[in-house]
Amino acid sequence: MEINVAQLFQTINLATIMPEVILSVVGMALLLVNVFVPSKSKGYLAWLSLAGLVAAGCAAASGWGQTIESFSGSVVLDNFAIFFKIIFVVAAGLAVLISDQYMEREGCNHGELYPLVLFTTVGMMLMASGTDMMTIFLGLELMSISLYVLAGFNRASVKSNESGMKYFLLGAFSTGFLLYGMALVYGATGTTRIAKIAAAAAQMQAPSTMFLIGALLILTGFAFKIAAAPFHMWTPDVYEGAPTPITALMSAGPKAAGFAAFLRMFLVAFPTLQADWSDLLWILAVLTMTVGNITALRQDNIKRMLAYSSIAHAGYALVGFTAANSTGTAGILFYMLSYAFMNIGAFAIVVLVAKQGETNGNVQDFAGLGHKRPALAAVMTLFLFSLAGMPPTAGFIGKFYLFSGAVEAGYVWLAVIGVLNSAASVYYYLRVMVFMYMKPAEEEFSWVSVSAPITLALVISGLGSLVPGIVPSYLLQFAEAAVKLI
Amino acid sequence: MSNILSVMTFLPILGVLLLLFIPKESKGVLRGVAMLTTIATFVVSLPILTGFQTIADYQFVENVPWIAAGPFAMRYNIGIDGISLWLVILTTFIMPIAVLSTYTAVEEKVKEYMICLLLLETGMLGAFISLDLFLFYIFWEVMLIPMYFMIGIWGGKNRIYAAVKFFVYTMVGSLLMLVALIYLYFLGTKAGITDFSLLHFFDLKVDPATQTWLFLAFAFAFAIKVPMFPLHTWLPDAHTEAPTAGSVILAAILLKMGTYGYVRFAMPLFPEATHQFTPLIATLAVIGIIYAALVAMVQEDVKKLVAYSSVAHLGFVMLGVFALNEQGVTGGMLQMLNHGVSTGALFLIVGFIYERRHTRLITDFGGLSKQMPIFATIFMIVTLSSVGLPGTNGFVGEFLILVGAFESSLRWWAVIASSGVIFAAVYMLWMFQRVMFGELDNPKNQVLEDLNLREIAIMVPLIVLIFVMGVYPNPFIEKMTPSVKKVIAKARIEPVATAKVEAPVAVQPEAAPVQPAADKPAGH
Repeated sequence: MEINVAQLFQTINLATIMPEVILSVVGMALLLVNVFVPSKSKGYLAWLSLAGLVAAGCAAASGWGQTIESFSGSVVLDNFAIFFKIIFVVAAGLAVLISDQYMEREGCNHGELYPLVLFTTVGMMLMASGTDMMTIFLGLELMSISLYVLAGFNRASVKSNESGMKYFLLGAFSTGFLLYGMALVYGATGTTRIAKIAAAAAQMQAPSTMFLIGALLILTGFAFKIAAAPFHMWTPDVYEGAPTPITALMSAGPKAAGFAAFLRMFLVAFPTLQADWSDLLWILAVLTMTVGNITALRQDNIKRMLAYSSIAHAGYALVGFTAANSTGTAGILFYMLSYAFMNIGAFAIVVLVAKQGETNGNVQDFAGLGHKRPALAAVMTLFLFSLAGMPPTAGFIGKFYLFSGAVEAGYVWLAVIGVLNSAASVYYYLRVMVFMYMKPAEEEFSWVSVSAPITLALVISGLGSLVPGIVPSYLLQFAEAAVKLI
Repeated sequence: MSNILSVMTFLPILGVLLLLFIPKESKGVLRGVAMLTTIATFVVSLPILTGFQTIADYQFVENVPWIAAGPFAMRYNIGIDGISLWLVILTTFIMPIAVLSTYTAVEEKVKEYMICLLLLETGMLGAFISLDLFLFYIFWEVMLIPMYFMIGIWGGKNRIYAAVKFFVYTMVGSLLMLVALIYLYFLGTKAGITDFSLLHFFDLKVDPATQTWLFLAFAFAFAIKVPMFPLHTWLPDAHTEAPTAGSVILAAILLKMGTYGYVRFAMPLFPEATHQFTPLIATLAVIGIIYAALVAMVQEDVKKLVAYSSVAHLGFVMLGVFALNEQGVTGGMLQMLNHGVSTGALFLIVGFIYERRHTRLITDFGGLSKQMPIFATIFMIVTLSSVGLPGTNGFVGEFLILVGAFESSLRWWAVIASSGVIFAAVYMLWMFQRVMFGELDNPKNQVLEDLNLREIAIMVPLIVLIFVMGVYPNPFIEKMTPSVKKVIAKARIEPVATAKVEAPVAVQPEAAPVQPAADKPAGH
């Protein structure tokens, strides 16, 4: 095929990928700055990356309401993509804010951290924007490779190394599934454009075996990325070993990115197969919620507990996905955003409680927090109640929306299983509160002060977990508008 | 004031904000602010009582849009009628008493304690006045949080177990109710309902098979809260471990949420299912009455005994409410108030002796009446009110309930329940005898001081109410009657009417299960 370069360039509209461009440029600039500025403290890099993220967020938000395609229709900036980009900005921004104090303490405050966070965010953004399987795949790889490095960022720590290695091996493995699936779908339909796949599939009298297997493999690949059971095995070890701010980012950002691409692929490219995949998702949702929650009940290490709880939360989101109606999918968007706030907020507290070398990471180490640091304990309580889905928090509204979507689509029993899971999850969230408020501290607190960036992160995530719980209309309307276009 | 209900409900939150700015060392100020807040809330609630017109309609209604997104519209829709009026007043009335009772009982973390109490008050008032199902659910859940902390932080030895059990039990029930609520809403949207306002759903004719499921979900949530046998097991733990003010509020108000839920939501929304489940619920209520009474008899801990007596009393309330005639429901409503006053008072009394002796075991006491005559008198009055002696409030409620049940289809249940009255007299009076009479042989008891002025001040309003409601219950009954009649009209399928539509009703259950099966792809 002869490519007309001039024609190709005409299809490029930089406005479509402005957020990605901004972040890439800032990221590369920060790499240079890091080399040439002789400063031991890397805090300024955090603020610079935050500025880049905010700028990217603004660039994305300014496109709200319109749909701009570019690069011959392989990238799009629509409401759906914008909503997710905001989620990524929130997740990366909060992670950046809690990084400095942590990395300083762990003695691995290398400047590369911040560019890597920005690059992984670019990857996530591409995944949300991709309307071509290749774009999605590129985004996924950019996101994953940066994250592999970030997971093993604490070079001196064996656990961090293990985390990076494990994440890399299993991530590469799952990418293989995804890519193989994409190849098969391409083989069956002759195109990698999502919209064209749908058109080709509509032409088929019955979906060909190749097409079905392709879709199944893609589903498997995404299930790995969002850590749905039974593809969740990597999650606890990776989450526990990675530096806490990176764990926080991983639990919110890539998961949301996975859902973004997952949703777009399955709702746009494979609507003809919905009867098949909704059955599978039903099973995945139930397994994921149940496995996540039941295993989380037995965890003492708080990072592991939050890792299993994040599996369970992917399960709740899958409930909305199974419903596949606007309520359910809008629920996913709303939930992913609230989850970024509440979960990263909780991780910020974990950063503060833990001591050098990742010790003090157990639930027991929260004993007495409620009396020694009442404000911190209060925000932690807010995050935990939001995670547990108690009103009046964002977590409750999100769950309400997800389960409503399921009920609306007729999956009443799925919603019932969901709420029962939610009730079980209350137990392990309460357990943290039991230690914070109802048990005396075992040793004297010798705490570092809470740095300004972490304070800011806590304020933002606190507001983000509470305000949408009391006045959710605006955010819900945005989420509804975001899913209208796909 | 057109928004008096909102002012009343959120006044305690204002108190919380004030408390946040008071240093935790100044306990006196903290207690004072909390006290003043609850008194102010009570004062604000008085015009609601005086301005309440004796009609069935909702009054003091405020109705503004709150959430609107996608298929949903929730409104901030509040108001009261004869069903909720007295429960609201009971709440605002009990709260200052509860706060006053903590003055010496709670010495640690006073600030947090007061914040919990005030948050709880907002939650409870909000639940009673909500006319929007979603809003009700929010308040219903919010109540859990402060109560959980009150039991867990300031409770007794086994407090953590009790607190978590309380929370998880209630949460399971209410989450199932949430699914039912969503399902009901989507049923409604098909019939043209556009928001969660309760009133819309009364007119929604839900088919009987669906009603069964929805009723079960609602009833389960409420039954846990009441609590009904066999879901009552969290209650003795929670009561025994909770601090005095926690127990008082739990008994006086929180338990009423369950019975109130039946009267306000489960029964009028699902009349056919109510009819269908009446024998089952009445049976459980009667089992609760007898079983709890028998268990109460063998308790060694006074507080646990009172907790079990709560289960028995609430069994009476349920029996009366499900009799679904005017006497029964009125009796049930009245008994809710009576139980709030008498059992609240009993928990306060247990608190008084616990503060003095740090034990609640019956065997540690004996002959206290010689040492504490004022206490003995008050305790006697409250005990007699609890067993339903004529002239006290307990009698009026129980009498109406039994009359109502006897005249309804629940005649034989009423006969068995009547024996519960005798059992109640046995365990309460026996406990009283062992604690108050006999030899004052324990040296520790020989130095006990009688009630001080503050403690008497706490008890006097309750004692007055016990007699007022016992001798002249009419004002209470009058205000609730129109609403009670309305609830009965909605919740009751007349026996005559059922006979007439026997044929279609008999057909419907045949056809109906097919429809939910298609709606809910269980094997999907």
